[in-house]
Formats: sequence, structure tokens, C-alpha cells
Amino acid sequence: MAEQLVWPVLLAYGEAAVAYAGNVRNPGTLGRLATWGVRIGWLAQTALLVVQASRADAFPWGTWAGSLNLFVWLVVGAYLIWGCSPRFRLLGLTVMPLAAVLLAVSYASGGTRTDEGTSWSDVLLLVHVTFVLAAFAGFTVAGGLAALELWQERALKRHRSGLLRLRLPSLVALDRLTVVTIAVSLAALTAGLIPGFLRVREHGLDVLMGATLAVWALYASILYLRLQSGRRALSASLALSGLAVVIVLQLGLLATHVA
Amino acid sequence: MNLHLVGTSHRLAPVEVRERVALDAEGAAALGAQLARSREAVCLSTCNRTEIYLAADDAYAADREATEALASLGGVAPSELEPYLYRLEQEAAAVHLFRVAAGLDSLVPGEGEILGQVRTAYEHGSVGPMLDRLFRDALHTGKKVRTDTAIAESPGTTTSAAAALAAQVFGDLNGSQIAIVGAGKIGALAARRLIKRGAKLSFVANRTASRAQLLADQLGGEAIPLEGVAQVAKTADILVSSTGSPDVVLTKSDVAGALPARKGRPLLLIDLAVPRDLDPAINKLPDCYLYDIDDLEAVVEETLQGREAEFAKAEAIAVAEADRFRDWLATRDVVPVIASIRERAEAIRRGELAKASGRLAGLSERERDAVESLTSQIVNKLLHEPIVRLKEAAVEERRGPENRLEG
Repeated sequence: MAEQLVWPVLLAYGEAAVAYAGNVRNPGTLGRLATWGVRIGWLAQTALLVVQASRADAFPWGTWAGSLNLFVWLVVGAYLIWGCSPRFRLLGLTVMPLAAVLLAVSYASGGTRTDEGTSWSDVLLLVHVTFVLAAFAGFTVAGGLAALELWQERALKRHRSGLLRLRLPSLVALDRLTVVTIAVSLAALTAGLIPGFLRVREHGLDVLMGATLAVWALYASILYLRLQSGRRALSASLALSGLAVVIVLQLGLLATHVA
Repeated sequence: MNLHLVGTSHRLAPVEVRERVALDAEGAAALGAQLARSREAVCLSTCNRTEIYLAADDAYAADREATEALASLGGVAPSELEPYLYRLEQEAAAVHLFRVAAGLDSLVPGEGEILGQVRTAYEHGSVGPMLDRLFRDALHTGKKVRTDTAIAESPGTTTSAAAALAAQVFGDLNGSQIAIVGAGKIGALAARRLIKRGAKLSFVANRTASRAQLLADQLGGEAIPLEGVAQVAKTADILVSSTGSPDVVLTKSDVAGALPARKGRPLLLIDLAVPRDLDPAINKLPDCYLYDIDDLEAVVEETLQGREAEFAKAEAIAVAEADRFRDWLATRDVVPVIASIRERAEAIRRGELAKASGRLAGLSERERDAVESLTSQIVNKLLHEPIVRLKEAAVEERRGPENRLEG
């Protein structure tokens, strides 16, 4: 049952990604189709997660593939908060293809199955995984926002005359949203790291934990640079680099962490 | 009930006539209420149009009353006002309102203010089922046009391009600080456009102090000498320069010195002067975006090229929405027929149940309810298809070639 639910999700996310691409050239109906694809896909994925949780004997997202599934749901959920408004449709072009690909990877690796997982009684792990994944999802969306901000900054500097017709969010709005998203995600990461370190005594420190600490330091520096030093473009560039780091952590190092 | 529109706008009437029949929101509401006895009425009044939308059984009487009210407002005889009036009925009136709400009939096509004015007119109007539906559809059309087309992002002049760029950088301009360098006409025009979008004039710098003071008195803000411009760069969000100076009035180092105080806040610099007032190298500084007159003209040209396509899209949306309204109007026409069929069917059902009451006497209360429910369901199911067909036929009849809407 859970395995079957992944197909409508993949279909909807894929449709959203394609429609967002078409919307760049021909705004209007395609943008709305994309938005509905995101909404329907996210609802279907919510149903998938609910079915997984109800069928599994253990926490089904504690595995690498399972966490990827939850991560995608959190990314799309974070994007859904404001991303479906017409001015943010270009951001969907960065978020939705990524979501579709990561979910496909998760499915191929068994992330939608219900026969694997970590015991529900390991509360520290559940809190740790949920908050860290939520933080990573927030950083991913912040990376997309930063990419859009940097692209717009470049277009303004180069006096690209067609910029106005793209109906993007304003530069200031993108900057504010990036900072707010990073601040909220950093708080979630902090909340997720605490139970993680409490478990260190039992399981020891590994590469992923070290890298996650580095990510925490990176995003804390971004906030400092933006809020204290006013280095807007630099902090946006770092947020974009942070996205790459988060994806590498999610796809690569997490496998060793949960192995 | 018929939909009827009588009004005047910039397309027919000169400003001398328009200003005489213009009303504020309260006046428009009062006029709507005055005309609404036994009918629906909404008055839409802006600086470019005064239009009265009526839904009335007697369109002729409603039109006469509305014309007299407008003439009385302007202090002229109805015959004097007549050459400046237009009248539209039914679908044509709907298409017109949809185009108005979309900004397609505005003096500056695509401007967004009109949508708020249509909403205000609707909220203050005396609406019933027809005008309620019409205005809600018009507001939906206006929003859809702004969402699905770039018509609102099509500045037609360099000063409006400057204002559009400011909105692209800062979003809502409420609270944004403007500094004007040079108290000439072009700078003042650009400032007015920015103020209209919510920005606030902080400083006017000019070589002649009296002219700076005059503009500051007109638009608000503080008059300062030209030498103080470098200081202004620390606080302003938008700096518009249009002096007649042969030399640069603001250098890269002036702006660079102001950057630490700005803490990453963007600075949009608009240079409308020829020769240029602002050092082009300023554009290389972080968070500074400098546009000169050529850059702005390129923006205008690009948007004008795209405007035709956006207009075609917007017109298509307005016509499609008007088509939907027309379908609704058509089904509305058959509502009395449908009601009468339903009444007749219900009377037959009740009559047959009454006839059978003797045979049903032994039924319990619950069984009687079941029979009631069952017979009602049978009647509804039997009527469903004919009613749907009736509505479709009404729509089809309206959609006949002679009734097809023209864009």
C-alpha cells in the first residue's frame, strides 16, 4: 500500500517541475497546474508517511532512504508555506525537480518500505532525526531563495531589461525570507543536535556529526554576516553553498551515519 | 432583470466634464443608494471615469434616472451631458467592467489602482444577486490578469520604469526614503511616481536653495545644498538625480563611504541627467544599482515590445471571464422555469402521496419518512436531466452566432 502511494507523489512532483519550467516561458495556466501538482503531491506524500507510520513496527525514517523520504516531504512543506504565490513560482523550478529526484532515489533505496526502522521507543533519536531533517529542509529552501536572490542581483547589476516581466519577488523580500528561513532552520538544527549529542555517549562521534556541526557554524556565520555586518550578497552566496553541503550530507554521509 | 451601464470616461469626456461628475467613495455610495430603489445600483467613480451599473427590470427608466442624477451632479441639463455618455447592456456591460477591472480601459493601461477602486465601489454599492456576481467576477478577472500576465509590469515612460525598478528592489515602497538631486521637472515627476507607490521624500538637494525648498514644500522632505548629497547616500533608499550640472555630482568614493552605515540595505540610483550626474562606477559597489537614462529607456522599450502580447493575453482573459458571466446570466433566465417545474413536480408527488395515504396508514413514522425520502429522490432524479438540459439549452441559445461576444 505505502509503496503504491509513492507513484502519485512522483507523478505530481514531476508534473509540477515540468509545469514550472513551462511557466517561465508562458506564465499563467502552467503556473497554476504546477501549484496544484505541488499541493496534491504533498498531500499524497503525507498520506504515504501516515501509512508508513501506521504500518511500521519501528520509526520508518531513521534509515538513510527513509530519512530522504521525510526530508523531501519537509522541503516541499517548507516551500508550500509561501512558495505557491505567483511571484515565487520561479523558486519552484529549483525546489520541485530536486524533490522529485530525491524522492525517486529514496524509493529506489527502499525509503517507502515499512519493514525497516528504528524503535519508536528511542525518543532521542526520533527528536534528533525530525529536527535535523526539518533544519536541512529549511536550509534547502533557503538555498533556493538565495539562488533566486543572487540571480536577481546579477540581473539588476547588468540592467537586464526584461527583469520586470518575470514578476519575481523583490530583492528585499528574498533577502528577508532567506534570513528568516535560515534563522528558523538554525534553531531547529540546534534543537536536533542536542539529543544527537546525548546519544554520542552510546554510539560515538562520526563524520556526519562533525560535518553537521560545521553546517551549524556555517549558517550561524551567515546570520552574523547578514545581520551584523550587512554582507547581503556574501551571505546569500554562502547560503547557496550551504545548500550543496546539505545535499551532500543528506545523500552521502547520512548513509554511513545510520548504517 | 437587465444589466445596464451608463457612464463617462477619459475616452469620451474632457477633464472639465469628468471632474464635474466625479465622486468620492461616500458620494458614489450615496448615488448608488439613491438609484437603488427597487433595483441594484453601483457607482464607480475615479478621476478618469464615472460609471453607474444598474440591474433593473425597466432598463429605460433606470437609465433615465441615472442620466438625470449624473447631469444634476455636474450641474448641467441631461442633453448637455449626453454627448459624453456611453451606454452598454447585458454582456457588453459585463465585458466593459471586466476590462476596466483588468486595467485595460485605463488611461495608463495595466495600472493597478483601478482594481481597488472597483472593490470600493462594490463594497459601497447597493448590490443584489446580479451586481454581486458581476463585481465579484470583475474583481476575479482583475486579479487573474495581474497574476497571469505582466501587464502591470509594463512601464511606458522612463520615470515609471524607475518606479517599477524601485518596486522590484524594495517590494512595497511604503517607508522607503527618496532623495532628489536637482529640483527640475523630471526629478519631481519621478519623485511623484515613487510617492504614489508609498515612498517618502526625505531630501531635495539643489544648487539653488530656493528651488529645492519649493519642491520640498510641495512633496515633503528637507531641502539641502548640493554638497550634502554624499551624506544623503547613507540614509536614502532611492536616489534620483536630474541636475543640469556638466560634472558628476556623486562619485563612487562618496557612495563607498556611505556603505558601512547602510548595513547591506540596497541603494537604487536613478540618473535621469544628460550629461550624467552619477559616476557609472557606482554600479560596481555592492548593494548599489545604478540606472541611467539609456538603461531606463531600454527597460521601457523591452516592456513596450512585450506589452502587445500581454495585452492580447489580458483581453483573452477578460473575454473568457465575460463568457462565463454570460453563461451564468443565461442559466439565470431559466431559473423561474426551473422553479415552476419543481413546484409542479412537488405538487404531483404530494398529491399522489395523499391519494395513497389510506394504503399507507399502517406504516410507522420511520417508514413514512422513508417513503417521503424515496419519492423525493425519485422526483429529483427524474428532474435532474431535464433541468441540466434546460440550462445547457439556455447557454447554447445565448452562445448562438448573433450573441457571441466580441473582444
